[in-house]
Amino acid sequence: MITATATLTSAEDLQRYRDQLVAQQDPKARGVRICMGTGCTAKGARQVLEAFRQAAAELDQPTVTIQTKCTGCHGFCERGPIVVVDPGNVFYQGVREEDVPEIWRESVLGGRVVERLLYEDEQTGKRAVRPEEIPFYRGQQRIVLALNGLIDPTRIEEYIAAGGYAALAKVLTGMTPEEVIEQVVRSGLRGRGGGGFPTGRKWRSCRDAPGEPKYVIANGDEGDPGAFMDRSIMEGVPHAVIEGMIIGAYAVGSPHGYIYVRNEYPLAVQHLSTAIDQARQLGLLGPDILGSGFSFDIRINRGAGAFVCGESTALMASLEGRVGEPRAKYIHTVESGLNGKPSLLNNVETWANVPQIILRGAEWFASIGTEKSKGTKVFSLVGKVKNTGLVEVPMGMTLRQIIYEIGGGIRDDKPFKAVQTGGPSGGCIPAQYLDEPVDFDRLTQLGSMMGSGGMIVMDEETCMPSVARYFIEFLRDESCGKCTPCREGLAQMLHILSRITRGEGRSDDLDMLENLGTLLEDAALCALGKTAAYPVLSTVRYFRAEYEEHIHQQHCPAKVCRGMFRYEINAETCTGCGLCAKKCPVDGIAGERKKPHVIDQVKCTRCGNCFEVCPFSGVLKV
Amino acid sequence: MAEEQTVDIAGIVDRYEGDPGMLIPMMQDVQAACGYLPQTELKELSNRLAVPLARIYSVATFYASFRLMPKGDHTIQLCMGTVCFLKGADKISQAIQEEFQLVPGGTSPDRRFTFSPVNCVGACALAPVMVVDGHYHGNLDVDGAIRLLGEIVQRDEAAREAQRKAAEKAAKKKKRGSKKS
Repeated sequence: MITATATLTSAEDLQRYRDQLVAQQDPKARGVRICMGTGCTAKGARQVLEAFRQAAAELDQPTVTIQTKCTGCHGFCERGPIVVVDPGNVFYQGVREEDVPEIWRESVLGGRVVERLLYEDEQTGKRAVRPEEIPFYRGQQRIVLALNGLIDPTRIEEYIAAGGYAALAKVLTGMTPEEVIEQVVRSGLRGRGGGGFPTGRKWRSCRDAPGEPKYVIANGDEGDPGAFMDRSIMEGVPHAVIEGMIIGAYAVGSPHGYIYVRNEYPLAVQHLSTAIDQARQLGLLGPDILGSGFSFDIRINRGAGAFVCGESTALMASLEGRVGEPRAKYIHTVESGLNGKPSLLNNVETWANVPQIILRGAEWFASIGTEKSKGTKVFSLVGKVKNTGLVEVPMGMTLRQIIYEIGGGIRDDKPFKAVQTGGPSGGCIPAQYLDEPVDFDRLTQLGSMMGSGGMIVMDEETCMPSVARYFIEFLRDESCGKCTPCREGLAQMLHILSRITRGEGRSDDLDMLENLGTLLEDAALCALGKTAAYPVLSTVRYFRAEYEEHIHQQHCPAKVCRGMFRYEINAETCTGCGLCAKKCPVDGIAGERKKPHVIDQVKCTRCGNCFEVCPFSGVLKV
Repeated sequence: MAEEQTVDIAGIVDRYEGDPGMLIPMMQDVQAACGYLPQTELKELSNRLAVPLARIYSVATFYASFRLMPKGDHTIQLCMGTVCFLKGADKISQAIQEEFQLVPGGTSPDRRFTFSPVNCVGACALAPVMVVDGHYHGNLDVDGAIRLLGEIVQRDEAAREAQRKAAEKAAKKKKRGSKKS
């Protein structure tokens, strides 16, 4: 293995270096790739890695070299830890430390497949050897995540060998900044962070804006609960973000870049820092990049735990060392952003798309997706869905395809109730719109939004007023407090929603919620406030009957709101073990031993202890 | 409370070339060194950067990750993201607060645990998730969470006990040694 000691001073240098790296690769080489994404690490991937390393160290065959490497997130977090064996791309899931000797002996050394660790299709019972045979992967089209799971994110050599920084070389040797912007405009790329603003147009405005120096910023402050796309991109392919930023900086003429990463993502910070150091050493960042005369460098700033800093003006305030309060945007940040200078801010996923657009051309990118939403989008598919994970699909795929074909449907095959898209200020989309295509404009029409790409699936056991209450509470806590509609409006909405979920709702509460919601949309200062009412407005719009049942009958049909449903014992399943009677804090359960017990509804405080302790699911919620 | 100054504030300021725009990273470094933001350190930072102390405090209280009080021996981050919420994180929160005398954002009276409910740790496949001292524990329920923290308490107690015994032993040995001489 070689590591470049000298700086690359021209595009030819880079090409030579790549050829050299590729020549060293043996397509038949044996290797083990272990997912080191957060999901897999939490499930014990590190122990698995250590076990493989140990096995490799103890290997007594000097002629054989076997590479064990860590990769970024493979996306199929539900089945982690994930281990892939080469050659053959054999995909093992749910691997534990004790499985390692068998994989090592049979699969890595023996070239056989360990059947029991393969993915098994629930319906057909067929086992899949390669990822493309698994429905979860089959429906996906990976552009941004293409290298996630293939390369070691901490080694720039692997990114370069896979074609990395070729787009940068192409830009620096043969394209004017104008031509670069033209490509991005023609590709139809839109901002992946939520707003969906045309990226090329943003770049052009920034290039045209007067003022020096200009700044380039990557927004990695992924604060939406239930979303981890950006995290996996920064952890898995940090160089793609960096390469995209250098290209953007060249296009607008900026010498300084910032990556703003959320405080809760330590691994992303680590991988990005390593990547930046490596790029600097090779001369891909810093002065005179690849001998082109263009200079650019990047610094990482960690967020400090404020959701509102995902908003562009608040993020810039935070970069200036101030409190993260947004400002009104009648002057755009491309004209006056960080330190009052023209600033180009894009989400990390947007940046990661840029190298591919340059390499494969705007037409190729524009051929994917729908009329107004081009390319692919990464979603984190989570909640009550069978296959939790990270999926990248072309724009325009229907919600049904994403949830049922890729996601495998609802856990325990319960009925689907709603899918919440767009983070806390997105909306809940009900079952009748499952066949709608997912793109920027359609989601907005449905009262939700694309947002950064969180997709939270809910089943019949999810109470919509409680969900709305949860989001409003989150947003009230995260509201910076600068403008009155957001600060006071959210507090009032939370007050009303709490009342409804306690069974104290009033008949005019829904009108009041709608009034407050519309007011927020019209009058709040920033995107956080303007969209904050979406979860309420969309659930009132699609699940009005459920709200009304809470208000008028004090009953929670999803049986979530405490005190708004009863517990009863099912005489058929009750074995009369007496456990519930013992745990009841008010002595409200009676019955003879080995005979069905009965709950005294007058004494019952609806605490739910009996429901929790019953080993036979004999306590029902009604 | 008079705290001894333990951090090299000048060094931290130099690390960022004295740029007041880098106030937040500087404060993060102070917190990484002290575990929280002590008043003396912030005053020193204010002097060196010529930034009003009030502004430093406004930043310290705005961002959720800054602490003005020392932290406990163990930090608990309970994910309150949507998926964790749907899968019962609020019940876990309630239960561990009662069991271990925790308050959100605070430290338990015995200074053992600092408890911070956080927005989302981005490990939704493991929901509900609790991060204890940087280790992710997934698919928890109320009992599991209580057991997990209970084990930490037990381990601590055992370690303390072992330490006490070792100290006793050493003291005895010393005594014996002094007798011999």
